[in-house]
Amino acid sequence: MKTFEYERATDVASAVAILDRTPNAKALAGGTNLVDLMKLGVERPDLLVDVSRLDFGGVDELPDGGLRIGAGVRNSDLAAHPLVRTRYPALTRALVSAASGQLRNQATTGGNLLQRTRCTYFMDTTKPCNKREPGTGCGAIAGLSRELGILGVNDLCIATHPGDMAVALAALDAVVVFETVDGEQRLPVDEFFREPGDDPTRDTNLPSGALITAVELPALPVATNSTYRKARDRRSYAFALGSVAAALSVDDAGLVTDVRIALGAASPVPWRARKAEDALVGSPATPASFAAAAQLELAAATTTEQNAFKVALLTRLVVGVLSELAGLDHEADDTGEGVDPSPFRPTGANGGHRHVAADVEPATAADTEAGSDTEGSAA
Amino acid sequence: MTAVDVVTPVDTSVPTGLGAPVARLEGRDKVTGAARYTYEHTPDGVLYGWIAQSTVTTGTITGSNRDEVLAMPGVQDVITHEQAPHLEDAEDGELLVLQSAAVAYRGQPVALVVADTFDTAREAASALTFDYDVGPGDVVLGTDHPSLYAPETVNAGFETDTSQGDVDAAMADSSVTIDETYETAALFNSPMEPHATVATWVDGELDVLDSNQGTSGVATTLATLFSLDPSAVRVRAEHVGGGFGSKGSARPVVVLASIGAMRTGRPVKVAYTRQMMFAIAGYRTPTISRVRLAADSEGHLSALSHEAYSHSSTLQEFTEQTAEPTRHLWAAPSRLMTHRLARLDVPTPRWMRAPGEAPGVYAVESAMDELASKLDLDPVELRVRNEPEVDPHTGQPFSSRHLVDCLRRGAELFGWEGRDPRQGVRRVGRWLVGTGVAAATYPASVMPAGARVTALPGGRFEVGVNATDIGQGARTVMAQIAASELGVPLDLVDLHIADSRLPTAGVAGGSSGTASWGWAVTKASRQVTELLAQGQPVPPEGLEVVVDIAEDIATMSDHSRFAYGAQFVEARVDLDSGEIVVPRMVGVFAAGRIMNARTARSQFAGGMTMGLSMALHEHGMLDPTQGDYGNHDFATYHVAANADVGSIEVEWLDEEDPHLAPMGGKGIGEIGNVGAAAAVANAVAHATGIRVRDLPIQPDKLLAELPTRY
Amino acid sequence: MVSQVSAETSPPNATTGTGANPPGVPTTTITLDVNGSPHRLEVDNRTSLLDALRERLDLTGSKKGCDHGQCGACTVLVDGRRTNSCLVLAVSAEGSDVTTVEGLADGDALHPVQQAFLDRDAYQCGYCTPGQICSTVGMLEEARAGMPSHVTTDITDGEIDLDDEEVRERLSGNLCRCGAYLNIVPAVHDAACAHDAATEGATR
Repeated sequence: MKTFEYERATDVASAVAILDRTPNAKALAGGTNLVDLMKLGVERPDLLVDVSRLDFGGVDELPDGGLRIGAGVRNSDLAAHPLVRTRYPALTRALVSAASGQLRNQATTGGNLLQRTRCTYFMDTTKPCNKREPGTGCGAIAGLSRELGILGVNDLCIATHPGDMAVALAALDAVVVFETVDGEQRLPVDEFFREPGDDPTRDTNLPSGALITAVELPALPVATNSTYRKARDRRSYAFALGSVAAALSVDDAGLVTDVRIALGAASPVPWRARKAEDALVGSPATPASFAAAAQLELAAATTTEQNAFKVALLTRLVVGVLSELAGLDHEADDTGEGVDPSPFRPTGANGGHRHVAADVEPATAADTEAGSDTEGSAA
Repeated sequence: MTAVDVVTPVDTSVPTGLGAPVARLEGRDKVTGAARYTYEHTPDGVLYGWIAQSTVTTGTITGSNRDEVLAMPGVQDVITHEQAPHLEDAEDGELLVLQSAAVAYRGQPVALVVADTFDTAREAASALTFDYDVGPGDVVLGTDHPSLYAPETVNAGFETDTSQGDVDAAMADSSVTIDETYETAALFNSPMEPHATVATWVDGELDVLDSNQGTSGVATTLATLFSLDPSAVRVRAEHVGGGFGSKGSARPVVVLASIGAMRTGRPVKVAYTRQMMFAIAGYRTPTISRVRLAADSEGHLSALSHEAYSHSSTLQEFTEQTAEPTRHLWAAPSRLMTHRLARLDVPTPRWMRAPGEAPGVYAVESAMDELASKLDLDPVELRVRNEPEVDPHTGQPFSSRHLVDCLRRGAELFGWEGRDPRQGVRRVGRWLVGTGVAAATYPASVMPAGARVTALPGGRFEVGVNATDIGQGARTVMAQIAASELGVPLDLVDLHIADSRLPTAGVAGGSSGTASWGWAVTKASRQVTELLAQGQPVPPEGLEVVVDIAEDIATMSDHSRFAYGAQFVEARVDLDSGEIVVPRMVGVFAAGRIMNARTARSQFAGGMTMGLSMALHEHGMLDPTQGDYGNHDFATYHVAANADVGSIEVEWLDEEDPHLAPMGGKGIGEIGNVGAAAAVANAVAHATGIRVRDLPIQPDKLLAELPTRY
Repeated sequence: MVSQVSAETSPPNATTGTGANPPGVPTTTITLDVNGSPHRLEVDNRTSLLDALRERLDLTGSKKGCDHGQCGACTVLVDGRRTNSCLVLAVSAEGSDVTTVEGLADGDALHPVQQAFLDRDAYQCGYCTPGQICSTVGMLEEARAGMPSHVTTDITDGEIDLDDEEVRERLSGNLCRCGAYLNIVPAVHDAACAHDAATEGATR
């Protein structure tokens, strides 16, 4: 990690003033990605402006029924907020699927939007990467690309935005609010993130020197029926292979009246699937229409041999999530009689929880023919 | 700087005899943070070392900006091949660090930067750049790789190729055959404590604290490398944060730290970063196994063949003994087992928990499952029908073999009976459900070891045995063995371990540690007991007995010795994503006498968890363009997290085997890790009807064929 | 301490340094309350809270398993919340209350979570253990506060039924390579019960 000067900001205005006048200064909030990247030498700021103690406000209801989320609100607090849980469940679901309990306690709303890709070439300063070092080439396209993007990518960069929160925010029409020396500005999440184009170094359209102060969620009735589903290589504490945030409303005739879909781990940006949305409004809320819409959206995918599976993955996730939001269940064709429906909530002999304290007693060979012990439970 | 001898008072109200579930002696230190691991020792005047690694796959260093880096404030030394002292060959090419300008793999140490502080060392190492004449890179293993050859022997000295009967003829004559290829990914041991060393030179003697699995071996290696008398090297490893084979011998870190301390005249501490663990700590080679099975319609094997391919670096030959377990597992008159090795421009593979067995048994037990399906025969029954009378490879009698009992008991515990053999038909909500079984085997071996037992005035005993506690519970079990043999309560035993000044002993590895160290402790304890029984007086300095078991090992009977197990697994596959989960595992083992029921259960289950992780999560992704393992951190190299592990049931049979070391145990460090991956793969095939033959099994390998949910 | 080094291999900059911050490196003086004791120290701005604890305050209970927030071994409580101390710059923790594994026990009496880990053999090598324990302490508070997790079925319900599935998910930010998970889960339940019993006793 390169040496750097450190300054603790006392208020938003002075933080913005310092950031604006100091080239190569960075704002430090939770630090979960910035410190990580500084250790790797990927980020090498000369000055850190610590904004972690600034009061950006909490989660407050807006007059129109929307929410204003202060940039400093920690991911765990945002996920737990009663209004988020009831009005924007996709956001809670996205937040709690991300990282770990510790990291969610540290990561902030503003900082999370600015996290960088976890492409292994970007993270390793000894390797080519146009996002980190323009002109060095994209190492991933011919190298390791399994986790990387298929939409909005180009020959310069196939990185993905790694986050979960921003995918939900994209689906929920959120707006990013930031302060600049010229005053407060706003960008819808959709316009906040940018595709690599001819400059993959820039992940967002946040002006240099600006400081995110809040995220606003509009009043969005469809969002009460929303969720987030994330596929990954292990069940927790892993970045997505693909994810979907969606909201859906269906009328009495079974037709889609409103729908929001965003795809994660698919693109350098949280990918708002507007083509799919447009195709779905007015269509019957059936798995077939959901699949057709997903395929329409993904027709533009540019894949490598390693990440081509993401087309099928995202299609299945979209169909699964929308079907769930539409209340379509296929329990009828279950054939696993007597098997617990949730694979990890066993309710039988093995499943107990909150059992009273009992020492680990692996029955030893002395007790029975065979030494035996179950999960340390149920004793 | 003194290593602290742990003598924890023991609660005498609980049974402490051999087999009893005694709590770990160092447990309190571990839960309070008092247990110090290597890097947590900070001697006065310590300097911080940081390893700089090559950024090319092969090549020659032609220059560097060393002078610039040396001028950075706080930098004490920058040691490249031009400054490093000459090292003698200790029969490990990877340890000859900084000896030439040649680069043999990406990530090879090319310098050690030594600085006043941790942060300065890290930044200086990152500022250090080298110019290279870049060479070609050849890093991808294949069964047609031109460099493939048959090494003289494979790891642990096993035979490279063996053949009995005529496999080709049996395959041609048989109505039911399997001829499939199974692959396992490069796997990284990934102990939670990265390798670390604190090295100090005092009056020409080298004193190191090092995170390893056996200090005797590391000390011998250091003595050779630095041309020192063995008595001039001391290595200690009081607490070790896991190893799983990766700390089985000296690794570059201990050599580099010793060089740094030699040059600066100050203690130097060096730790690997997690990223470095993917290049210079060892790992399990990727493997390719062609398995052929021929059977009659009743499932009796007429041929069993396993042709294994693996890779090593150009610096050091290491051949995973992938086909070795197959030699001893199932009966079949015609047998062919071979190993071929490609030497590539890659980091050096080493031991990882159950070397040979973990990938090899995955392959053969997957093939057995495929055969069972073809025969429409229950997979447990197929195995029972191929149970050998004697070791099918050596013809020797087994010292004990209760594999069928493990299978039967496991089936009972798991609820296997009445299993619907059809694949891809059980669905619950989003999930396809399946079950799988596999056998497990691992050799029970003993290595030479010494021990020292001293009767002290007042009735206490001091026991010195160079065991290493890497989490398996060696400290506790050695104390139990000693107390049991000496006939005293545990708290009368003062135990000293993990110090090369103790009588020479082998590593915590190969599931042989407890048998080997324990035998030596047993022998010494018995001799002391006998002397005391003869009325020998205890002098003020104590009555000391030092023993070695090399001769005892030589007199062991002519038996084939293995531990066995049966693994049963339920797997579920999410139709929306192809994600696989394993809610339930059952493992039943026959491993001789179990020394500590508490730590043994933990160790079996830990092995099973690692097997699950191998099956579903772990995937060292070699970057063909860069020559390294690109996913070199814990965010991208996934090991099983808590959420991945559901119910694990562990049971062991009460197995008495008179042909082992005197305590009667077979070793349990690896057996839990064997067969688990095959059981998972078999369960996934049963759930989905899709047979994935390359681990790990991940969504991208299932999605194309997976049925849709709607 | 003198080592025998031949002239040609002598280090160029050998000094009798003290491990102090090199000249010219930006530093900041901070105060931290660690396990109830105030500490004032001048830190290199680059120093992580984890390194400050381990290398400066000799509180080595908090472990370094990855140094990038990918394993959880460094977990401590910062102002009561579980935190990966490797990703916190010490300078940014100015004024915080930090509790490490060394600060959990009450004299000789172990914290209920520590005791439960001992009783359940919920560790093997012990390297992830301090992080698991601190994480559990923080996690139990989060669950009591009704914070939802990825596996919470009904996220609109403020009550958390802390079953096995919840414990596994909530502790997944603490990797254990020895595979002690199956004992960690019941240990957490034991600790939760001990806490509940204590609370009940206190309010009775």
